[in-house]
Amino acid sequence: MIALSERLRTAAVSLATLVRKETHRYLRIWVQTLLPPAITMTLYFVIFGSLIGPRIGPMDGYSYMEFIAPGIIMLAIITNSYGNVVSSFFGAKFQRHIEELLVSPTPNIVILLGYVAGGVGRGLITGAIVTGVALIFTRLPVEHPFITLSVVVLTATLFSIGGFINAIYAKKFDDITIIPTFVLTPLTYLGGVFYSLSLLPEFWQTVSLANPILYMVNAFRYGVLGTSDIPIGVAYGMMIFFIVVFGAFALYLLHRGTGLRA
Amino acid sequence: MTALAITQLTKTYAGGKAALHGVDLTVDTGAFFGLLGPNGAGKSTLIGIVSTLVTKTSGKVRVFGHDLDHDPWAAKSQLGLVPQEFNFNTFETVSQIVLNQAGYYGIPRRIARERAERYLKNLGLWERRNSVSRTLSGGMKRRLMIARALVHEPRLLILDEPTAGVDIELRRSMWDFLRHINDQGTTIILTTHYLEEAESLCRDIAIIDDGRIIENTDVKTLLRRLSTHAFLLDVAEVPAELPELPAFPLRRVDENTLEVEVPRERALTEVFAALAQHGITVASMRNKSNRLEELFIRLLARGSREGAPAP
Repeated sequence: MIALSERLRTAAVSLATLVRKETHRYLRIWVQTLLPPAITMTLYFVIFGSLIGPRIGPMDGYSYMEFIAPGIIMLAIITNSYGNVVSSFFGAKFQRHIEELLVSPTPNIVILLGYVAGGVGRGLITGAIVTGVALIFTRLPVEHPFITLSVVVLTATLFSIGGFINAIYAKKFDDITIIPTFVLTPLTYLGGVFYSLSLLPEFWQTVSLANPILYMVNAFRYGVLGTSDIPIGVAYGMMIFFIVVFGAFALYLLHRGTGLRA
Repeated sequence: MTALAITQLTKTYAGGKAALHGVDLTVDTGAFFGLLGPNGAGKSTLIGIVSTLVTKTSGKVRVFGHDLDHDPWAAKSQLGLVPQEFNFNTFETVSQIVLNQAGYYGIPRRIARERAERYLKNLGLWERRNSVSRTLSGGMKRRLMIARALVHEPRLLILDEPTAGVDIELRRSMWDFLRHINDQGTTIILTTHYLEEAESLCRDIAIIDDGRIIENTDVKTLLRRLSTHAFLLDVAEVPAELPELPAFPLRRVDENTLEVEVPRERALTEVFAALAQHGITVASMRNKSNRLEELFIRLLARGSREGAPAP
């Protein structure tokens, strides 16, 4: 029996290799991965923050630009962490170089962690870039640094796992755009990025509470500005719950070989 | 010791197609083993199951004694796979592909670099190590897949049609390389459509047809079953009327070539003497075809007759 320490060492090298490969991938194509969110989010700040924002007036005691900045940063993190994993893993399936990993002794948990780390890495870099852009337009006090950082990491992790599951099921390129276009984007826009929950009629406030992205956006806004429409503890609970459930499901799919093994 | 032990392996795909019917197969350590069969016989399914790319329906697979179900880590660590189709990242460089593969097997970066250099040099790819893989020629891509499969120095190397579409010169150099790897102790399982390749490289052979192993023995024993050899004879001119040689059936191929069938127990000099009596002088001669190919076709024909439904 080969010693457990040997297996752990092998898994660690394998994980480091996968993280390096994934990081190299999105940095190599930075024009496709890191530049677009910077430009898109700049446009959001210019149009909604500078041009329309002053006419809207303050929201929850902050200028409109200040209010939307955390949500816009979160929007970039969500779409990029999800997009990174779904495109990278599906690309590996499509080109069949995922077989390099499948025939190797790399454990399923390492495969999942490696791809998720890639997604989180891109999400964090994109978040940092958009934060840099935001600081040109407004101030971001970061009232609770630990909450700010932990919410970013948890959100990026959750959506990276989501992207991974999407990629496992995807059979063609169309399949990796359906969820981001028809589910993720509407939920993000309706997740309180551009408005406070208190602006909605009571019925729609209740409906909005079913949107998990609302919790993440508000938790992040709480970390940055110190204000939130929902309790922070509930937001953490939601994120951790979904990470555990989605993570377990992704591992189950890998174990079964769904979409990967004939 | 047994490198690969397969017991009662079956595979039925989701659509209901049965690809393997209770296959039993053993490959000894150090063997150069050929797995032959026509298209759709089940070769790739069998290799897919051993390399875990295909999920088996039932049966057991052991790699150097490690059960693929119970200890996949140990079993997979011993395996190297060169698949039939190119399956590397076409956006990565040659070096990245080989180094990443080493990493997936837990080889530390420093050692991986040394090995990558050694195998890329041995396979004539070192000068192209920084080239993006999609820019390589077909032959280079084949060699890259071999380098990638060897970088973790597996004890069992499985090659699925490794020389398909490769020119003769490169094929021969790949044969030499594989012989060298085998001489150094790596057990090799090879599937190929080039029976000349199997006859030249393999010491043991299994023939699979319709998901069943119909023959499994060493090449010499297999070839001994051929009762006749066919030769092509180059002559000055084939006479209009061929002489009757009861022991050596003759057939005209063209105006300068004759085909003759020679029983194993008869000497070739008897053929030359018989032809000379009829004024035919043989200038040169060659095997009509690869011997294994003849046997392969006969075995498959026998298999299909036996498997054919009764009229």
